[in-house]
Amino acid sequence: MIEILENNWLLFLVGQYPHGPIGGLAMTLFMASLALALCFPFAIALALCRLSPYRWLRLPATAIVHTVRGLPLIMFIFWTYFFSPLLIGRAVGGVETLVIALIVYEAAYLSEIIRAGIEALPKGQTEAARALGMTYWPTTAKVVLPQALHNVLPSMVSQFVSTIKETSLGYVISAHELTFAAAQVNNVLLTQPFEVYSILALTYFALCFTLTSVARLIERRISTSRGGTPGAVVVA
Amino acid sequence: MGYVFDLTSVLSGQYLNWFLIGLATTLALTLAAWCLAMVMGIILTLIRMIPFRPLGWFVALYVEYHRNVPLLVQIFVWYFGVPSLLPRAARQWINAHNGAFMLAVVALGLAAAAYVAEDIRSGIRSIPKAQYEAARSIGFGYLGAMGYVVLPQAFRIAVPPLINQTLLLFKNTSLAMAIGVGELTYRTREVESYTFKTFEAFAVATAVYLTISFAIMAFGSWSARRLRLEAL
Repeated sequence: MIEILENNWLLFLVGQYPHGPIGGLAMTLFMASLALALCFPFAIALALCRLSPYRWLRLPATAIVHTVRGLPLIMFIFWTYFFSPLLIGRAVGGVETLVIALIVYEAAYLSEIIRAGIEALPKGQTEAARALGMTYWPTTAKVVLPQALHNVLPSMVSQFVSTIKETSLGYVISAHELTFAAAQVNNVLLTQPFEVYSILALTYFALCFTLTSVARLIERRISTSRGGTPGAVVVA
Repeated sequence: MGYVFDLTSVLSGQYLNWFLIGLATTLALTLAAWCLAMVMGIILTLIRMIPFRPLGWFVALYVEYHRNVPLLVQIFVWYFGVPSLLPRAARQWINAHNGAFMLAVVALGLAAAAYVAEDIRSGIRSIPKAQYEAARSIGFGYLGAMGYVVLPQAFRIAVPPLINQTLLLFKNTSLAMAIGVGELTYRTREVESYTFKTFEAFAVATAVYLTISFAIMAFGSWSARRLRLEAL
């Protein structure tokens, strides 16, 4: 196992770079971060729509969230894979496909987390802001969201972990990421699949477990600073 | 571009047959993995109740491994890795008995078991300790207090999350396509590559997945309403 790592650590880390496209762990982290960052505005918009008093905002947002929750991610990846070339008019690579699919998928899940955060705020916060004469947008932007987002920070870190795990599906459409790199190593070695995939599993474990632990730490910090009972971290 | 959306082209003859076989395989995967997950989840919960520290650590490690490693990688470890450790005879037996399906069930079931164990545990933990103490003080033994007082209430709290796990498990069976199990997603790709009717093929699969998922979701929210405990 050590020997496999000694000979292939660079491939696991950055893929074929600098002789080919960047891949491996670097690409996994890059795609997960990009997807989560880009889905953030959509997630906030979806969450606000779902809490809106207007039916014409609430119903479509609810429909989107439920549809996404009802489909396997792999279905989104295939839809993106076949459709984005039609929409953009040129071939779309595996990495772009995966990031687009992840943005749609994660936006729905993240919006549920944000919505839970907003709903968990005491109603008095909104009422006090409105009583001070603030209208909807200042209330939302200056009072509700800062507190809600702060409180759901642990769940967001967990969502980042989920996103990292989901990038492994890039393997199916040959996006150059960590799982794909491991499959390449396995195809070269042929005789040590258990060792290669154990290295892969351990790498993901080290990364994700660290982040999960960070999420728990933040959660304890937040719940003690608020003096409340610890909320549940959503781990999917 | 003059594209004609034509569902009948993928929903007739052998292609309809492929979809049906795919759906049956997806349901079989879900059912088999669900049973494994429940049995293993309950076993893990029981192991954790034994007051012997190392056993608790073992369960914690089991749960953390399955939650922090992508399911696809777990499937690869089981499908590519584990058979290579087995003796030749066992490998041949696996290959002769639809190994991909079997190992996918093992991977999906064991991963879901980690979540099931957590759901059962948080169900038990959400029952105030006073319930147990009150039961003991009126003369129930450990098993009586657990069996008549704690577990029936914990069950009501644990059912909605467990139904949610069922939904996730159902969706996750689509990953088995990566090791060549002929479930719905795999068959859809097959139909697509034979007919070149990309939209139609994926529209059918999407509709099937959504129908079943919505049914599970509806059952989940119905049971959550039905089983809610007023006092907690």
